[in-house]
Parts: sequence; C-alpha cells; structure tokens
Amino acid sequence: MAPTAEVLAVRGLSKTFPGVRALDDVDLTLHAGEVHALIGENGAGKSTLIKLLTGVYRPDGGEVVFQGRAVSFATPLEAQKAGISTIYQEVNLIPLLSVARNLFLGREPRNRLGLLDMTRMNQQAEETLRTYGVRVDVRRPLRTLGVGAQQMVALARAVATDARIVIMDEPTSSLEPREVETLFTVIRRLRDAGIAVVYVSHRLDELYAVCDTVTVLRDGRRVHHGDLSRLDRLSLVSTMLGRDLGEVRTEGLTKFTGAHSATDTEPVLEARELTAPHQLHDVSLTIRPGEVVGLGGLLGSGRTETAKAIAGALPTRSGTVTVAGVPLRTGSTPAALRAGISLLPEDRKSEGIVPGLSVRENIALAVLPRLSRFGLVSESRVDAVVDTFIQRLRIKASSPQQKVGELSGGNQQKVLLARWLAMHPKVLLLDEPTRGIDVGAKAEVQKLVDELAADSLGVLLISSDLEELIEGSDRVVVLKDGAVVGELTGSDVTEEKLMRAIAGDAPARDTREEDAADG
Amino acid sequence: MAEAALRTLPFDKNRALQWLHTYGVYAGVGALLVVNSVITPHFLSAENFRTQAVQVAPVIIVALGMALVIGTEGVDLSVGAVMALAASVTALYLGYGLLPALLAVALFAAGVGLANGALVAVIGVQPIVATLALMVGGRGLALVLLPQLKDLRNPALASLGSGDVLGVPYLILIAAGLALLVAFVVRRTTFGRQLLAVGDSRPAAQLAGLPVRRVLIVVYVVSALLAAVAGVLATARLQASDPTSLGNLMELSAITAVVVGGTPLTGGRVNIAGTVAGAVLIQLLTATLIKHDLPPSWTQIAQAVVIVAAVYAARGRGKR
Amino acid sequence: MTTTGTDAPVTTASNEPEEATEPVGSARSERLSALTQQHGALAVLMLVSLVASFSFDTFATGDNLGNMATSSAFLAIVALGMTFVIITGGIDLSVGSLFALGGVLAAWGSRHGTLVALLLPLAVCGLIGAVNGLLVARSRLAPFIVTLAAMLGARGLMLALTDEGADTYLIGKGSVLAELGQGKTLGLGNPVWITLALFVAGAVALRRTRFGQHVYAVGGNEDAAALMGAPVARTKILVYTLSALLAGLAGALNAAWLASGVTILGSGMELEAISAVVIGGTLLTGGLGYVSGSLVGVLLLKVIQNVINQIGSLDSSYQQVVSGAFLAVVVIAQTWLGRRRQLM
Repeated sequence: MAPTAEVLAVRGLSKTFPGVRALDDVDLTLHAGEVHALIGENGAGKSTLIKLLTGVYRPDGGEVVFQGRAVSFATPLEAQKAGISTIYQEVNLIPLLSVARNLFLGREPRNRLGLLDMTRMNQQAEETLRTYGVRVDVRRPLRTLGVGAQQMVALARAVATDARIVIMDEPTSSLEPREVETLFTVIRRLRDAGIAVVYVSHRLDELYAVCDTVTVLRDGRRVHHGDLSRLDRLSLVSTMLGRDLGEVRTEGLTKFTGAHSATDTEPVLEARELTAPHQLHDVSLTIRPGEVVGLGGLLGSGRTETAKAIAGALPTRSGTVTVAGVPLRTGSTPAALRAGISLLPEDRKSEGIVPGLSVRENIALAVLPRLSRFGLVSESRVDAVVDTFIQRLRIKASSPQQKVGELSGGNQQKVLLARWLAMHPKVLLLDEPTRGIDVGAKAEVQKLVDELAADSLGVLLISSDLEELIEGSDRVVVLKDGAVVGELTGSDVTEEKLMRAIAGDAPARDTREEDAADG
Repeated sequence: MAEAALRTLPFDKNRALQWLHTYGVYAGVGALLVVNSVITPHFLSAENFRTQAVQVAPVIIVALGMALVIGTEGVDLSVGAVMALAASVTALYLGYGLLPALLAVALFAAGVGLANGALVAVIGVQPIVATLALMVGGRGLALVLLPQLKDLRNPALASLGSGDVLGVPYLILIAAGLALLVAFVVRRTTFGRQLLAVGDSRPAAQLAGLPVRRVLIVVYVVSALLAAVAGVLATARLQASDPTSLGNLMELSAITAVVVGGTPLTGGRVNIAGTVAGAVLIQLLTATLIKHDLPPSWTQIAQAVVIVAAVYAARGRGKR
Repeated sequence: MTTTGTDAPVTTASNEPEEATEPVGSARSERLSALTQQHGALAVLMLVSLVASFSFDTFATGDNLGNMATSSAFLAIVALGMTFVIITGGIDLSVGSLFALGGVLAAWGSRHGTLVALLLPLAVCGLIGAVNGLLVARSRLAPFIVTLAAMLGARGLMLALTDEGADTYLIGKGSVLAELGQGKTLGLGNPVWITLALFVAGAVALRRTRFGQHVYAVGGNEDAAALMGAPVARTKILVYTLSALLAGLAGALNAAWLASGVTILGSGMELEAISAVVIGGTLLTGGLGYVSGSLVGVLLLKVIQNVINQIGSLDSSYQQVVSGAFLAVVVIAQTWLGRRRQLM
C-alpha cells in the first residue's frame, strides 16, 4: 500500500493533575484513512489523551503536530475548526432541537435577508443523512430518533465540518447491533475518503471488526502500539490488564489471605435473571454467607449495573432478588437496605459521600433512624458507633467533625464503608473499593473484606485490579456486555483463566449465545 | 469587570470574600448598631429596640422556613400568600374562638405546604414554578375568603399581638423561640440531618436509603406553617385582617435574609443564626434610612446591592 | 457536506424512518404530546372563549374584545421578552419593576419630546438588562437572585425618580406618544398593532435566525451548545437585555395609554408573565418554547379575568385562584409529559 500522509503526530505528551500523573510521555501517530483503536482500562489515560487532543486540557509536556504544524488548542471549538471532531458516548447535541437544526447549528444556510433558509437546510440535511443510512423527517426533534440515528447525526455533523480526524468515544454503547453495522459502514467510508478515525472502545469484537491499528494505554503510558491484526485477543487483554502470560505468582501482592470458609448453607443472596434494557441481560448470581464473589469483566461489562440492580438503585425490567430466602422488592433502595443489602458505590464523590457534612454525620447517615428516639438523634449512640468504626477502620481525620470532603480518597472510602457496616448488613456489595486510594488504605480495606467474610457476611467484590479480584474472591462471575459469560470456581480462579473468559476465548462454562438483540 | 479591579487590591481577594461570606452579616449588623447609636437619637432605647424587634419578627419567622427549603436546594415563593391566607382564615373562624381559628389556619397552611411538596417531590416540578402556582392561587383564595380588610375585635388575639411578658412582646418571644426550635431541629434531629444530606447531594442521599420524598414534602409543609404563624401574628398586631396587602413581597424579604445570612442557594447547609442576622440587617438598614429621612427608594437599592454582594461572596463556595 | 467519494448506497440496515425501529405507538404519542405542548393553550383559549360568548352577552362585543386586546398588549410584550429568557433556561424577575420604571421614564421624558420619551426607557432598562446578563453569564450567579436584586434596584430607582411615588408625570394630550398609546388604527388600539408586530419579529428572530438557534441551544444543552460553537455567554447577555428592553418598552407604551407614569404598577407582573409563558407551552427548564404560545397564554389569562368579571357575583380574586390552578395543571402536565418522553 502506498504510504499515506501522516495527519497527526503526538510526541511525549504528558499531563499531571494534583497527585496523579494522568498521562506520561505518550506517543501516537495517525495517518490519513487509518482507523486507530485507542484502548485502556479506567484511569489508563484514554480520556485525558482525547481531552488534550481536543483542547479541553493543555498539555504539561510534549507536543501535538497536526497536519505538519505544531498546534495547541485553547478550546474544543478551536480543535473542531482546525479539523479534529469528536463524537461522544452521550450524544452531545441539542435533543429538543430538530435534526436539521442540529446538523447545521453554526453553519446554517441563509437566504438573502440573512434569515435561515429552512427549505435548503432541511433538504440538505435529508440528503446528507441519507448517505449515512438515516431516512427520517429532519424536522423532528432530535431526541425522537433512536440513539443510533442520533449518533449518525453527530457523526454527520463532525464530518461535515471538514474534519481530518474524527474521534469516536465509546460510540456504540447504546446502539443496537444493526446500528453498529451502519456505523462501521460509515467508518469504512471515512477511511476511503482519507479521514483518520480514532476509535475508543473496549468491545473487543468491534475493535477487531473495524480497526487497523491499536494503541494500548495503561497507567498513563503507552504500553503497546501496532497493527491490530498482529495481536490476538488474549494478548490484547493481557496487555490492557498488565498481566504477563506464563508468569505464575505464588504469593499474592494483595492482603487477601486466601479462600474463605464459605459455609455450605443456603445462599444469603440470590439474583435471578436481572434484565435492564441495554444494560443487563438475564444476569444471575448467588452469594453464600461468608463467601466473597468477584464480578469480573472489562469496563462497561455491566458490573456496576448488576450491583446497583441488586441494591435497588437501578430499575430493572425483570428479574428477582432474594435475601436470606425472602424476596425483595426491586427498584427500592430503602427496601434493599432494610433487607440487609449495602452498596458501596463506584463513584464515591457524587454518589457516596455527602461532602458538606462531617465524618461523623456521613458515617451515621444511613443508620440514623436506628440511633434516634422520637426523631431526636441520640448523640451518645452516634458517638459510640462513629468511634467504633473510626478505630476499627483506622479513619484518619482531624476530628469526627471534619468535613468529609476534605479527607483523602482512602479515608473517604473508609467513611463510606463505616456507613454501610454500621447497618450490620447481610450482604455487602463493594464496587471498586480500593480504587484511587493509597497503598496503605488499600491493604486495610482488603483485610477488612476478609474479616467480613469470616463474620459470615456475603460479599460481592467488583474490582478492575485483576490481582485483587483473583486473590480476594472465592468465585468469580465473568460479565461481558451485560451478560454472564462464565464463572470460575476453586482452582480455576486464576488470572489466565479469568483473562480468557473476559477475552471471550475458551469460556469456563457455556456462555449464553443471546446478544443484545433482545434488549 | 469587578474582578480586574479587585485584583489590584493589596489583599487576597478570595480570603476577603470568604470572610465576607462567613461573617459579613454579623459585621453588618454590628456596624449598623454602632453607626446608629451615634447618629440616630433615641436609638439605644428599649422602646426602639422593641419597635424594631416587633417589626422584624414576622420576617424572621418566615425566613426560618425559607432557610429550610433553600437548604434542600429549593425555594418557596408562596409564603407571602400563605400569610394572607392565614389572615383571611383567622378572620373567618375567629368567631369560634382563637384556638379553633388557629387550628383552621394550620389546616389551610398544611394544605398549601402539602400541595407544594407533592408537586416538587412526587411529580418533579421545579420549586419555583410549583410555589409560584400556589402563590398566585393562595392569595386568590385568601381574597375570595375575605375580599376586604376587616377589623378584628378579639381580646385573645389582641393580647397575642400586643401583649408582653416583662416588657418583651409575645411576638419577639415567639420568633426567638421558633428560631431556637428550628436551629435545634437542624442540628439535633434525624430530619434535620437528612434535610442537609438531601440538599447537599441528592444521589448520595438516595443511595443511602434516605426518605427523600418525605423530607421534601415535610420541608414545604413546615415552611407554610411558619408563614402562617407569621401571618397570624401580623394580623394580631394590626388587629385587622388585610389579605390584600399582608405578606406582599415577603418572599423576597425572606429569601434576602436567608441569602445574606450565608445559607447557600445550592443547598446542603442551613445557617439559622445567619438568617436571623440577615433579617435584622435588612431591618436595621431600612430603619436607618427611614429615620434619617432618606427615601424608601434608597432602601430598595441598598437591599439590591446587599443581595448581589452576598451571592457574589458565596460564589464558588458551594458545590460545583 | 459529507466528503465521501464513492456513494455506494448503504446496503446493510439503512435506518428506515423511525417507525420501523420503534413501536408505532410511541411515534404517534410523541407527536401527540408535542402537539399538546405547543397548542394546548390555544385549544383551551378557544374553548373558553366559545363558552363565554354563549354565556355572556357582553363578552363577544367589539368593545369588550377590543379592550381585552389592548389591555393585554402590555403584558404580552413583557411575556415576549420573558419567553427568550426562559428558553435559555433562565428567569427574569425584574420585568415588573422595569415595566414601572419604563412608564415613569417615558412620562418624564415626554416633556422633552417623543423621541426622548421612547429612547430613555429603552436605554435605562436595556442597561439594567445588560448588567443582569453579565452577572448571569460571566459571574455565573443564579438568574433568580440576580434578577431579584434587579427588581428591587429598579423599583428603588423608580421611586427615587418620582419622589417616592408621589410624583406622577403626565403625558400631554395630543402628543405623538399619547397618540401611540391611545389611538386606534383600523379599529384596534395602536398598542395591539405594535404588539403583533413585535411578536412577528420575535417569532422570526427565534425560528429563523442564528441568534434564535443559539437561544434554543443554550437552553437545550448548554455544554453541547458550547462544544458546537454557540456563543453561550453572549447569547445569555442578549436575552436578558432584550427582556429588559421589552419590559421598558411595554411600560412606556402603557404610560402612553394611561397618559401618565403611574408608579404602583408592575408589581407581580413578572409572575404573570412567567405564568403566561409557561401556560403557552414554553418549558421552564429551557430548550423548548414558542413565542406564539406566550401570546396565547396572555390572552388566556385575560379572558379568564374577563369572564370572572362578567360573572359579576364573583370577586376578582377568583381570577387569581383560577390562574394559579391553571398554572399548576399546565406545569404538572408538562412535567408528566416530559417524564413519559424520557421513558420512551
């Protein structure tokens, strides 16, 4: 193939935020007509890289050379005008405005009076969208279109602004398979027209279907780049997760002590066929008292959604949850709490801590009704509970009165754990309990999980840290695209087997063949 | 803009704004007291204090309820109308005695509060619009019930409005008592803690299993009840029920007191002491201007400036 | 235009008109709810008017209708400006005070000629509106509070100019200004024509100019609008200025109509305007709205007022109860329809 023009060259790009090196000396090269996959787990630096390329952030180091010239964009608008367009996971258009107006916002065709030429605008919009496989009345509000069609409008808009690079950030997360196919056709057309595409996703099937090259980021660095055809799935997954095949670890790097003595009793939690459109498809799992069940899978596989569904925080279309044999009303958080389910959410900043309240009040928040008499808070009882947990979890704060927003991530997490433990739950759902916290706190939390299991609590553990997942869990249920694709038990709970299950090779048990089609 | 001008000042703008935000209102009250004691004759007399306090008492009471509502990131525009409604209902039922009349007032007020709460918490209507509808409808209802000013002759009511204990008028005692009560509720009750959590981070409150809907409904009912108390007290003092003008613009005064007192519009924090001080500040400001024959227009302009200064100082302090 | 070279028709899954991918019912109900949103108020207005003309002899007379039209004109002009602000997701509580201020300035200015009488209110109110816009757009203060402060400040200014409401400036008979306010053209009061002209201009501005696009975009999804290149701050500043200008103009016209700058007016007008705009189908959350709807909303409120007056035995305060109930019903319907749409 004749060498094609280099359209983007990123060299040594770095970006640091307080306390975190989000991007470290990253290189990236794009050629015209190249479809380039950009992948990495949470915190790997993908979104930071994109934000740097599109002018949301400014780099702390390195340079970006676009079409032969060094560039530095101050706003996303500048990047757009220069020729780098982005379509986002969430359609970033104006839902209430018509399709045509959305397509032409900012470049509307005008008549001699300077007013919008609606006829021309609607006509051109219709023609343009037809080439994207969308045949709709363009005068309808954008939001009346299916998400797939909306993405197409976003794409058409991005391309129409004479883009040389189109960045697609998780474009298929809400698409039907049919719409995904349409998207791919459009991408191939872009490629033929010499436009470079950066495709961010972790749906491995898609990447292999449409991308030519790949860059893998991990912990802010580029750990792999090259032709996608030369990289098999397993190697790809292991590169993403940082695991070297063939390396056998005899002693863990985590503080988990190993298998818990799960009693052979009735399960404390039984979730059956939880289904939520586009998010979960017939997910079932059981947890026994004293057992730690891990939930494995890549980002977007439905782990958080599963935990939320169980805790009543995600409305489900169908499916049941039973706690200690008693069926639970789904969709109600208070009901789940009363039944003994506690959820430590993934996003502790916006869904976990109440930042303006003190440590003391955050810990006591959920259990407060039990500590009050006639609506009056019994301060002594609260103090007792709070002190117990501050000690047991070694929460470091200047005083229980300190505002929780001021604590470090690790201590905030401990405060949240204290809140849920104070409820004396039967089942504890932990979604990324050690993410973003320092090593010391991590170890303490891991030990705590062991203790809880020893206390006959049932624990669901979600973690992107493979090691943590493997060493902390007695069993691992593997999710992919919102459905259960495998389960590892006993001696099968190894990194290699887990990665295979995630990658979709050699599943540990029959995978469901059904797809998102029935979502 | 003003930012560029402030940048040239010798001290740290952010720290100054922070200080202003936290202590400004008390400093303002203090300054006004000092200034007035110098330039206004008879300012430091018991009689003057009594007059000022009686005038500001209804505002304080209403502002207490408003502070709670604002603490949940909402607003209650119907408080003035509820005051008028309280006046009308009092007039209508006073014939049966003071206590039955008060009971009737409480029922009407609770009804308005329930309507507000249901609209906001159950249906999901924005607080501005929901309470706006109740404001318009509420005042209309008040006027329907009692189209014209009516003099009330009831000894019990009269003593409520003008009576005193050891020289301290009932009005002031009630206002002070309610302020302490509300502060207590905010600090020491489950409801108070839950209210703050709901206002600070509704998603977190929801995931923590808090009864978010119930908290919101109760808060609007309480606001309406407090407004009703203020309406009854004002009516008692006037010894006349005047639904046409009672409570006019009261919602603005209450919101001003709350905002100036340091309670953020974004919710999550309720500063009762500040709210009381805010109401007092505006009262003193108005009184100062009036006593020195400065026209009421100055008061309004001054109020406007104070409000903008207060929110400007609070900018960025709350949650993003 | 798309830069694709070959235009090989997309063979796989060409997205047929959405009826194929969604159940037929939802497309229809979406259209129905959109229709209700936009024209619901008009339907109610026609219904009420029809019933009223049968029930009351004095309703459908030329005089009554003409009066209603003229007296609605002023609120309508204010509501026009408010529509723009609300579509951007904001709110303007200062319009009532600006209305009164505009009237006073016009009356005072009429001593120096009609031009001054018209330009002075526009200039002063426009300036206040611009300050509102700046505080909202650049200092990022909540519109509610900013315009609340402006409301107090403007009223204070007005009182200051009229010696605390004592002075009422009169507008000379026979002046052009008085003619503008009180005269009739083709049987309808001049204010009515002016209002209609303004509404047509407003509708064109909103639906047929780039500015209008930006207004909808900022209100519909501010972050996306910024990414799409819409000048968010400038748009906000413009709408608040526009709202203030129109409020001042309405006040000036009203003064011309009354032949004096009365100072007690305008109180509560902002809430009336907001009610009219919301009843007319504009979403308070922004992004969706119709100038025509606001006109219908104003007329509806006036007709209700008129009907209740006609009934005679009912106090005029019933108007308020009904208006309040109306607003509540409309808003509930809007929210409920909005929720249903989200679930579709």
